[in-house]
Amino acid sequence: MNDNNPAADEPGVTRAGRIVLAHGGGGELTRRLLAERILPKLANDLLAPLADSAVIDPPPGRLCMTTDAFVVQPLEFAGGDIGRLAVCGTVNDLAVMGAKPLALSLALVLEEGLDLDVLDRVMDSIAAAAAEAGVVVATGDTKVVEYHGAGGMTITTAGIAALPADMPPDAKTITAGDAVLVSGMIAEHGLAVMTARKGLGIRTTLVSDVAPLGGLVNAMLAAGGRVKFMRDPTRGGLAGLLTDLSEQIGRNIEIDEQAVPLSPAARHASELLGLDPLTVANEGKVVAVVAAADAEKVLAACRSHPLGRAAVIVGRIGQASDWPLVELLTAAGGRRIVQRPYGEELPRIC
Amino acid sequence: MSVAASNENLRQLVSAVADAAAGARDMALMEICGTHTVCLFRSGVKSLMPTNVRLISGPGCPVCVTSCGYLDAACELAARKDVIIATYGDMVRVPGRTDSLEAARGRGAAVEVVYSARDAVKLARGNPGRNVVFLAVGFETTTPATAAAVIEAEAAGLKNLFILPGHKVLMPALEALLSADDSAIDGFLCPGHVSVILGAAAYRPIAQKYRKPCVVVGFEPANMLEGIGRLVRQVAASQAKVENAYGVAVTEGGNAQARAMIERVFEPAATEWRAMGSIPASGLALRGCYARFDARAKFGIEFGPDYEPPGCRCGEVIQGRIEPTACGLFGVKCSPTTPVGPCMVSSEGTCAAWYKYNRRSR
Repeated sequence: MNDNNPAADEPGVTRAGRIVLAHGGGGELTRRLLAERILPKLANDLLAPLADSAVIDPPPGRLCMTTDAFVVQPLEFAGGDIGRLAVCGTVNDLAVMGAKPLALSLALVLEEGLDLDVLDRVMDSIAAAAAEAGVVVATGDTKVVEYHGAGGMTITTAGIAALPADMPPDAKTITAGDAVLVSGMIAEHGLAVMTARKGLGIRTTLVSDVAPLGGLVNAMLAAGGRVKFMRDPTRGGLAGLLTDLSEQIGRNIEIDEQAVPLSPAARHASELLGLDPLTVANEGKVVAVVAAADAEKVLAACRSHPLGRAAVIVGRIGQASDWPLVELLTAAGGRRIVQRPYGEELPRIC
Repeated sequence: MSVAASNENLRQLVSAVADAAAGARDMALMEICGTHTVCLFRSGVKSLMPTNVRLISGPGCPVCVTSCGYLDAACELAARKDVIIATYGDMVRVPGRTDSLEAARGRGAAVEVVYSARDAVKLARGNPGRNVVFLAVGFETTTPATAAAVIEAEAAGLKNLFILPGHKVLMPALEALLSADDSAIDGFLCPGHVSVILGAAAYRPIAQKYRKPCVVVGFEPANMLEGIGRLVRQVAASQAKVENAYGVAVTEGGNAQARAMIERVFEPAATEWRAMGSIPASGLALRGCYARFDARAKFGIEFGPDYEPPGCRCGEVIQGRIEPTACGLFGVKCSPTTPVGPCMVSSEGTCAAWYKYNRRSR
C-alpha cells in the first residue's frame, strides 16, 4: 500500500506514459485518447457515427437488456483482464436467457496515473472478446478520476439482445428428478484472480475461465431437450446459484460432491486459501436444469462444444419444501447443507 | 488410490467407527481446532457418527477465544492516522464492544488483511512513514511465524513494526477444561497443525493426569474417521493413551526449532480467554528484550475488560458445554450476516460452522 501517486516519475515507467486528469476533460487530450487508443479498436457500423447515442434497428420480438459493473483487482490476471471480463460478463447474462446479443455500451472510468500500456492491453482484450462473442460496442464514455489508490480502472456496461419467443427457459416447469448440469471445472476464475493479487506468493497453473458462452448455450438448446433453467455461477459460485434457485422454485436440491468438476490445482489452491470452491466465482460456466429424460442428450451437446468438454450432471432437483435446502452428498458418504457464502471470503487464520 | 477404492476405504472407516461404538456407553469427544470443526462438517463426517458418539467443539478457534478487550484495543489503534493494522482475515468482522475492524475500515482506517506475520514486516518496510501493528493471535501454529517476524524486524532495525500480543498456549486451556467439576469430555481429537509444532508427546501429561485418551488427527475425511475410530475404541476400553494418526505431518517431538523461537521471543503470561476468564500461563507476552515491539507500550493503550453481549453464550459454546442451537440468539439475532459473538463471525467458529453446514430450521 503506497501513498505515492504513480503519475509521478518512477523508475521503470513505460514509454507510453500515464493517464492524467486532462484525459477526461473533454478537450484535446480526450479527443486524442479516444482517436488513438480506444475507437480504432472498437470500430463498427453502430459506433461509427460517434453521435451522442447509437441508433439500432430493433429486431422483431422482445429485447433483453442487462447492465454490469467491473471492479476486479488486479486488472490483469492469468487468462484475462478487466476488459475481457467486461465483455464476457455482459454477454453471458444475455446468453443464459437464450438471447442473441446485439450491442454493448462501454463506460470506462480511468484513474489518474493508470499506465497507458495497461489501457492498450485492456482495449485489445475488449476488441478480441467482442469479436469472439459476435457483438459490437455501439456506444461508450470515458471519464478520469483523481488518484485514490483505487486500482486504476473500472468499467460499466449495458447489453441488449434479441429474445426468441420461447425464451427465457421457464423455471416454473422444474420438477423433482430434473437434472442439474454444470458445464465444466469450477472455481477457476475466482482462484486465478485471488492468486494474482500481490503478496500472496502462490504460484499456480490456474487460469481464469472467462469466456463468452453464447455458442455453448446455443449448442445446448439445439439438442432439443427441455432446458428449464440456465444461469452462470459468477459471484457466490455454484453454492450461491443453487441456493438462489432452491429458494426461487421452493424445492430441495441434492448435489453429489464427487460429481462436481474441480481440477486438482483448484482444489489445492482453495485448501491453501481456506476457501470452499463451491463459493468461488466462475466466468465461463453455465449451470442448467434439464428434464430428467433429456439430461444425457443435453449433456452430450454441451460436451461437444469446446467450452463444455468437462460438463457433468452434478445432482438432481428434489421435493418441494417450505424451507428448501441445497444438500451435498459428501465424498465421505455423509451429508451437509450448502448455503450461499456470506460475502467477502476471508483467508483462514491457521 | 482410485476414487472407487477411496470411497470403499471411507465406507470401511465409517463402519469401523460404528463397530467400535456398538454397545459402548455414550461418549463425548472434543476437538479443539477450528479447522477440525469446519472439516468435520464440510466433509459430512459429523453426520455419520453413531448416536452414542457426540463430537463437541472446544476452544479451538483462536479468534473466538480472543477477548473483547483485545478487539476494542485493535479498533482504537486502527482509528489512529499513523497506524496500519495488519491482521488475519478472520479478525476483521469480529465485533468488539461497539466497533469492528471492518466498520473502522469503512470509515477510512487502514486495515490490511495479511496471510502471515512476515507480510506485516514487508508492510512496515514499504511504509516507513507509518506504524504497522500486527494483530498477533493464534495458537502454536502461528506463534512461531510471529516470533520469526519479530526477530527479523529486530535484525533489520525496523522501528515501525509492532505487535498486539494475543497468542494463546493450548495445554493450559485443556487443563482448565478437564479440571472443571462438570467436565464431560471423554477424549480429545488433537489439532493437527498445532501438534506439528508441539509434537504428539506433549499430550502425554494430560492423558496420564486426567485419564483421557488423545488422538492426533489430520483434516482429510479418511484421516478424521481413522482418528475418531481409534478414540472410540480407547474410550470403550477405558484406555488413556496418546495416539498419532497424523504421522505424515506430526512427530513425537514436534518442531523443536519452532518452539525455541517462541521461547526466545515470548514468555508465558496469564491471559483472558473470551468468556472463560483468565487462565494462568495460557498466553504469551513479549520478553523484556523485545518489549519495544509491544503496541500497548508504544501507543499507551490497555486491553479493556471482556464483555459478553446480553444473551450471548459463546463462552459455553467454546467450552463445549452447549451446542450452538441451545443459545437463544442462534439463527435469530445472531447469524453470519449479523453476528453477535465471534463464534458466528469466524469462518472456523462453531456457530458459523453449524449455521453454514447443519441448520435445518429457521
